[in-house]
Amino acid sequence: MRKLELKWGIILALPAILGFLIWNLGPMIAAFVIGFTDWSIAGTPNFVGLANYKEIFFEDFIAKKSIFVTFYFAIGSVVVSMITAFLTALLLNQKVRALPLFRTIFFLPSIVPAIANAVVWLWLFNPDFGLLNYILEVFGLSKLQWIYDEHQVIPSLILMSAWGMGYTMMIFLAGLQGIPQQLYEAVAIDGGNWWHKFRHVTIPMMTPTIFFNLVMGLISSFQAFAQPFLMTEGGPNYASMFYCYYIYKNAFDYGRMGYASALSTILFLIILVLTFLIFKTSSYWVYYEGGRSR
Amino acid sequence: MKVIRSKMKTIKKIIIYLILISASISFLLPFAWLIRSSFMDIGQIFTLPPEWIPRPFYWQNYPEALTSVPFGRYTLNTLTILFFVEAGVLITATMSAFAFSRLRWKGRDKIFSILLTSLMVPYVVTLIPTFLLWKALKGIDTFLPLTVPAWFGGGMFNVFLLRQFFLTIPYELDEAAYLDGATPLQVLWKVIIPLSKPAILTVAIFTFMSVWNDLLGPIVYLNDPDKYTLAVGLSTFVGMYTGQWNYLMAASTVMILPPIILFFIGQRFFVQGITLTGLKG
Repeated sequence: MRKLELKWGIILALPAILGFLIWNLGPMIAAFVIGFTDWSIAGTPNFVGLANYKEIFFEDFIAKKSIFVTFYFAIGSVVVSMITAFLTALLLNQKVRALPLFRTIFFLPSIVPAIANAVVWLWLFNPDFGLLNYILEVFGLSKLQWIYDEHQVIPSLILMSAWGMGYTMMIFLAGLQGIPQQLYEAVAIDGGNWWHKFRHVTIPMMTPTIFFNLVMGLISSFQAFAQPFLMTEGGPNYASMFYCYYIYKNAFDYGRMGYASALSTILFLIILVLTFLIFKTSSYWVYYEGGRSR
Repeated sequence: MKVIRSKMKTIKKIIIYLILISASISFLLPFAWLIRSSFMDIGQIFTLPPEWIPRPFYWQNYPEALTSVPFGRYTLNTLTILFFVEAGVLITATMSAFAFSRLRWKGRDKIFSILLTSLMVPYVVTLIPTFLLWKALKGIDTFLPLTVPAWFGGGMFNVFLLRQFFLTIPYELDEAAYLDGATPLQVLWKVIIPLSKPAILTVAIFTFMSVWNDLLGPIVYLNDPDKYTLAVGLSTFVGMYTGQWNYLMAASTVMILPPIILFFIGQRFFVQGITLTGLKG
């Protein structure tokens, strides 16, 4: 039996293992190597040492701006979306009637395809005829330029990403529903009010879910591509030049495969360090039942 | 005392519903804006202040938008890719999840956690070498770069989701089958798969969404307009019809409809599946 399980275990897991080697590990090593060449889409590659990295760090101001802008958007959208999602989930967890209806309404935006999402928001953001400026006008506020202004573009895109927080909300809601009722009752018996319940039961019990959403949210917002590609072309004045879009532009618009590979190696390192930091700090704030793990 | 408490409770309920209803309205506004614009003629769409009821009800936006570019062709391309990706994901992700949860073999959990790290690798990081590989293999302008990778485990996210579900099935069922002389493949086919339909359906829905949404892959690998997917087709449409908001909104509505319909059909499983991914992050 053991032998049979070993044989079939390896056979059945083989596609996934090969897939990891062919589509993940292999290309990552290749990207690292290509990053030391001047490979252009048409020509043959030459080894250029650290020239690409030198250019990224010392000459290419767009690359640096791009890193800043990407962090700005990633942190902003993760914080705003997570807070919106958490508050919504808390409200929905108050034994409301028509829960499935509300849940569906808040979830729907997150299944809108990126391309349709971009087109709809372009029209909402339209400074002259868009709905958002009309709403501001109704409330007596001055109009905004939204994605057409250097300083407003990132907050605008964060607003747009908060609209798509439904998936995060669903995970929070599932987490809230999984908190044993006895814990709240215990606080009530000890004379605790809603704040005590929230602070000493809800928050600690939700830290694993918050951790999960934080990691997934950061990874996906670092990969934002559709917004610059379809809506802003990285502008105005490179204010929305997201890193992934900049890699894409270098590789497929300018044909600089070597340079783009160096850029993507840096992205990988950034994500690696970030994830490492989050996992390292998690033991201080993530609570696992039955003692601290990891 | 009791009266005051129940009054407080009612007030609290009213406040909760007020917040929920106003939040719902703001979440629905973009949809309302999309749909009203898709039924307006180009004159009414630019009226200020904006009107909400299309007059006349200009449904012709739909046929006009959908015949101006070969959306039929794009749909067919998207569905072709979808078919091969779904098949690859469902077959190989189920296989791998079974191997990583129901069979005991040396190094299993170590390998699984190594494979899981691929979730943290952004698509663009591997894109360039993968593109160069497909270029060398003459795979550009074919559907191969978009479908073949799905046959290698179908993505670790799906494997993870299925594995989480498989782990909830009592192991005695497998043991009973083995005692009756079943092979691991038979256990997978006759015990695990029939019990895991909700999870498998969830993976199928997630896969549909990701193929339907995918933009970067098709843009990089497909240059020939005959090979475009719906997402790429719509993105070129945006460039072609800047300002023709009625057409753009009609085309977007058509693009949004299938995922939404699918969501309503599979809602029960979908909610379950999402819950499953959040467990033990």
